[in-house]
Amino acid sequence: MNAKAVNPLFGVLQTQDDSLLDAWMKAQTGSMASRKDLIKESELREQSRKFLAALRAAAEKGGSTDIYGAAWDEARDFLKSISASRAQQGFTPTETAMFVFSLKEPVFEQLRKDVGDNAKSLASELWQATTLFDRLGLYTTEAYQQSRNDVIGRQQSELLELSTPVVQLWDGILALPLVGTLDSSRTQVVMESLLQRIVDTGSEIAIIDITGVPTVDTLVAQHLMKTIAATRLMGADCIISGIRPQIAQTIVHLGVDLGEVTTKATLADALATALKRLQKTATSSAT
Amino acid sequence: MDRIPILKMGPYLLVTIQVDMHDELALTLQDDLTNRITATRAKGVLIDISSLDVVDSFIGRMIANISAMARVLDARTVVVGMLPSVAITLVELGLHLDGVLTALNVEKGMALLQRA
Repeated sequence: MNAKAVNPLFGVLQTQDDSLLDAWMKAQTGSMASRKDLIKESELREQSRKFLAALRAAAEKGGSTDIYGAAWDEARDFLKSISASRAQQGFTPTETAMFVFSLKEPVFEQLRKDVGDNAKSLASELWQATTLFDRLGLYTTEAYQQSRNDVIGRQQSELLELSTPVVQLWDGILALPLVGTLDSSRTQVVMESLLQRIVDTGSEIAIIDITGVPTVDTLVAQHLMKTIAATRLMGADCIISGIRPQIAQTIVHLGVDLGEVTTKATLADALATALKRLQKTATSSAT
Repeated sequence: MDRIPILKMGPYLLVTIQVDMHDELALTLQDDLTNRITATRAKGVLIDISSLDVVDSFIGRMIANISAMARVLDARTVVVGMLPSVAITLVELGLHLDGVLTALNVEKGMALLQRA
């Protein structure tokens, strides 16, 4: 008794030949799974052939439809790599999932041929097959989503790094041009990198330029004040520059108290003030 | 019992905290320092905390208190060399140490005392 007689679905997957691949390729080119502008047909055919081989291996290893079992490791890894590459190539989730779902039609066709007129067993085989492909398809979509999330996460952390450069304007003067909205996590990064640079360079004055900050609300102001307080504790001075007229109005309307913090309209003014202060310190300590 | 040494340099007192500050030690320092200021008639106190990497709200308040006490005895206090992590912690604790002078290192702190 061969496997085919025991379980027609796995029989189909085991004894498949090029005719199944051909039928699948036809189904794929007819559906949304194939994007001729994004992937070459030969490449698609190669991927399809590999996936069928993985399916065959899984069918041979055991008759389980539990795709998270050890028998399906190869197939799962393959789907994962395909999802990741498709997510990068710009396929939509539907197009990626259709890669698996389009295999249903040719497999069903084959099952119909194998099982024949026995309606009862055909129905149960079709149910088993459809469950299996649904699981594989869902797994593909999940992997696709996961790889997209990875990309987003990486970009977020890169953005965080890129958007908080601390530059040395002069001997003893640091500048921190802020671009984008300040939230709690960004403020933390900004504060840490600024304080660390103050220690590294021994700078006495830090200019925080908020030209690139679109809005200032009470929370942003509070974050700024915290940064300034920490800077002062370390023994350096802060100047806020780049305050646009709109933001000056907002600050007053909100009733934000900037205390004794020096504020300047432009970075140029702030630099001039900083230089003047440095000179003062230098001359008075010399005398 | 541990004590934090207080060094005299001209009209100034120099305190370097190089061990983990615990509450009792801080109270002892407060006692010793006020006594030394009166005894030496010091004009300024410089506290170097560059080796202090852990602070809590109590130690933070002690620093503010010591500074206020010295002020009453007519001496200015400069806290120098605070680590970034310590500064962030104090700000998060809501301790802004208003009225305490700060400087980046001992050299700059001395210059600040001489100006004050």
